[in-house]
Amino acid sequence: MRQPFPFSAIVGQEAMKQAMVLTAVDPGIGGVLVFGDRGTGKSTAVRALAALLPPISVLAGSSTNAASAEDQPDWADPLPGDIHDIPTPVIDLPLGASEDRVVGALDIERALTRGEKAFEPGLLARANRGYLYIDEVNLLEDHIVDLLLDVAQSGENVIEREGLSIRHDARFVLVGSGNPEEGELRPQLLDRFGLSVEVRSPTDIPERVEVIRRRAAFDTNPQAFLDKWNPEDAKIRDQILTARAALPKVATSDKTLHDCAELCVALGSDGLRGELTLLRTARALAAYQGDAEVTRTHMRAVAPMALSHRLRRDPLDEAGSSTRVMRAVEDVFA
Amino acid sequence: MKHDATEAWVTGQLAVHLLAVDPGGLGGLHLRARAGPVRTAFLDALPVGLKTARKIGANVQDTQLFGGIDISATLAAGQVVRSHGLLSEPVPLMLTMAERCPPGLAARLAQAMDAGRQQALILMDEGCDEDETAPATLTERLAFHVNLDGLRPVDLAEMALAPDEISAAQACLPGVTVSDDMLALMVVTAARFGIDSLRAPLLALAAARAHAALSGRPEVEEDDAQIAAQLVFAHRATLLPQEEEDAAQEPDEDTSADPEDSSKDQQTEEPDVESEEGGQNIPQDMLIEAVKAFLPPEILSALSQKSKGGGKGSGGAGQRRKGNRRGRPLPSRPGKLDGSSRIDIVATLRAAAPWQMLRRAQTPDRAGLLIRPSDIHVRRYQEMSDRLIIFAVDASGSSAMARLSEAKGAIELMLAEAYARRDHVALIAFRGEQADLILPPTRSLVQTKRRLSGLPGGGGTPLAAGLQASAELARRVMGQGLSPALALLTDGRANVPLPGRTGRAAATEDAEIMAGLVRRLNIPAAVVDTSVRPRPELSKLAGLMGARYVPLPRADAQGLSRAIGAAIAD
Repeated sequence: MRQPFPFSAIVGQEAMKQAMVLTAVDPGIGGVLVFGDRGTGKSTAVRALAALLPPISVLAGSSTNAASAEDQPDWADPLPGDIHDIPTPVIDLPLGASEDRVVGALDIERALTRGEKAFEPGLLARANRGYLYIDEVNLLEDHIVDLLLDVAQSGENVIEREGLSIRHDARFVLVGSGNPEEGELRPQLLDRFGLSVEVRSPTDIPERVEVIRRRAAFDTNPQAFLDKWNPEDAKIRDQILTARAALPKVATSDKTLHDCAELCVALGSDGLRGELTLLRTARALAAYQGDAEVTRTHMRAVAPMALSHRLRRDPLDEAGSSTRVMRAVEDVFA
Repeated sequence: MKHDATEAWVTGQLAVHLLAVDPGGLGGLHLRARAGPVRTAFLDALPVGLKTARKIGANVQDTQLFGGIDISATLAAGQVVRSHGLLSEPVPLMLTMAERCPPGLAARLAQAMDAGRQQALILMDEGCDEDETAPATLTERLAFHVNLDGLRPVDLAEMALAPDEISAAQACLPGVTVSDDMLALMVVTAARFGIDSLRAPLLALAAARAHAALSGRPEVEEDDAQIAAQLVFAHRATLLPQEEEDAAQEPDEDTSADPEDSSKDQQTEEPDVESEEGGQNIPQDMLIEAVKAFLPPEILSALSQKSKGGGKGSGGAGQRRKGNRRGRPLPSRPGKLDGSSRIDIVATLRAAAPWQMLRRAQTPDRAGLLIRPSDIHVRRYQEMSDRLIIFAVDASGSSAMARLSEAKGAIELMLAEAYARRDHVALIAFRGEQADLILPPTRSLVQTKRRLSGLPGGGGTPLAAGLQASAELARRVMGQGLSPALALLTDGRANVPLPGRTGRAAATEDAEIMAGLVRRLNIPAAVVDTSVRPRPELSKLAGLMGARYVPLPRADAQGLSRAIGAAIAD
């Protein structure tokens, strides 16, 4: 496996990078959806994110990345109970993955050789406490989407099939990417993503040249390139850790809560998830920037990514949804 | 612009040799050719490194790609036998019938390439029409595209490099340097041809380096850049660099029907291009000329007709997946094999597996796997076919522009609800002499908006042609597993007959014959009369079509979408 391209070396695409950093600061925000054309660095950014995330401590050998022996599901084999650090898992969910591979199934190997009825954990188990990445998420089969919706909501994967009756934790951050020209995403799935950003190919020639220059440098001599950029990545990682520590102390005034609610009412976004995500994201941004309190500046910065995918679709409005959010922000904050 | 057959062959040969030098950097080759002596000759001439390619089909299993437990060998040996996945083996892969490659497989191969698989992928694409091609997810990641269609065996020329030349080139490849100017030049050239993806200039750079290595040069020079740009950019171009007036004008003639449109496109593109020019001026023309000489003729004409976006948007994987939703697999159930159901072998083995030890203890003398009838699982599918609503819209002069914009609004509204209702939408507009498929079946709101905004109006009412086009589309999508429904929006009587006939009477007669054709398809249909006073002719036509007649003299987009939804609900 090749080392991923360093996150800090990605040119431009600030919104996408910011959204990813913010979910790393507060995984409770709930995932990022990146929509954009091909070849804009969507998958590069997601894979680079993995290197940026602080390690998590897990029970050695646990198939669901359990944090302690108590969290280890009872169906799994008992483990000695050593705790060690592993990189935050970023698991790919490929299109066309079978239901078995996603949720897990009977372990054929053990059934055949030892005659034991055992459970073989699937991708959801491996993604527990980490990230689940779905490229071309808008092309995902409906029945897999149904499974994901349910699990992403409950944080628990329940398997009732083939004589197995098993449940395990599956709390993960969903990261999806796709090309909107190839199909729409179901509103229910859209809503499960905390943030959504649109990326475009840079139109500025010097920026494009810089992208190619860095990528070519990386391809010719990955090690030298990584040596050059790793300190930058480490800086972001430290900043994320500092932000995580600062997050609980970030103050939220009643006025901010009022702003949140007013903004969501003005936009007519469904349910309360919009308000909650907007607030969490603004807090994460405040923590990341080292501010003690959430201000309108923070809200203004994150409102498009937190709300643009929650609007009721108005096909007759030609303006993009981010523009509509910004318009509402200007009205409310005026 | 020269495009002779031998040249296509030589280019293809050059591409595969470059690929052999740097398979990891270049990704692979998209070979579009029907099976035949030319393709065979092309494959025979592949360099040694690529000849060992393993063939996979569109239906390749995950266990074959990624490895897994070899069930039959495991059962025979009594211990776990694992098979190696093809992706983990250091061999080039050749995907046959790539035009039928399902999006799932394309995604997995693309993922493997992104993860740094240092081997080439060759897509063998036998698609016959333009829409039938290998998935864009993959072609995007492959440097080269070779089209052998139209080549005859006599056009073939020898161009063999000795294997040691290739290995020598591989050895000096890491030392080949690219100057910063050359790098910038590649990026600018790609941008001037309207290639948005940043993978293209990267692939072109890799191709230039491979070519320099093959020619034994330590640094990429103009020749290398020129050839690389030709090989990588020509088939990706979505627009022509603008200042070449003659090249852009010439094909404009066949689009004279809508001069407003094409001139508008050019206007919107021009500022872009001009702003990109700033700074670099000397050698990029050389590269641009080189690429232009290699643009396939059909692309040239297509480019001047389509706007930049239209070309790129066509044929997303969303549309191309034929009949893939014909049945959604359900968990298999224990059941009897009654001839009508299919056995799910894996589920059956799974059900039997845990009992093997116990059953063995009961019947120690029986050899092999002990499967009881109660273990047998059968496959189940849930049929759920998607609906396609075909809008046939009268865009003639008599249909006021207002009606047209309401129709557009209704289409967008219906599509906005499409996901929940599992609907696809297509739009046929008829005016003047003919009917055009403005929007091929799609669920993409983005694409719909783009296509609808360019819908022209004016001219006569070729109702017969509109009905004919709708019936053809309906029949085609039925073969792909969709259930079509037709909504015809018009305000008047037919006054243009099918080609080859003249007169109002013939127009009505043709329309009635075509209505009969629609009726025989037995699809839900509605005729929406948008004229101010409802017309008896349309009511009669609706009768002939077996369609509902919906007079809607005054309706906004919402009303229209509701009425259509209700009329074709059954």
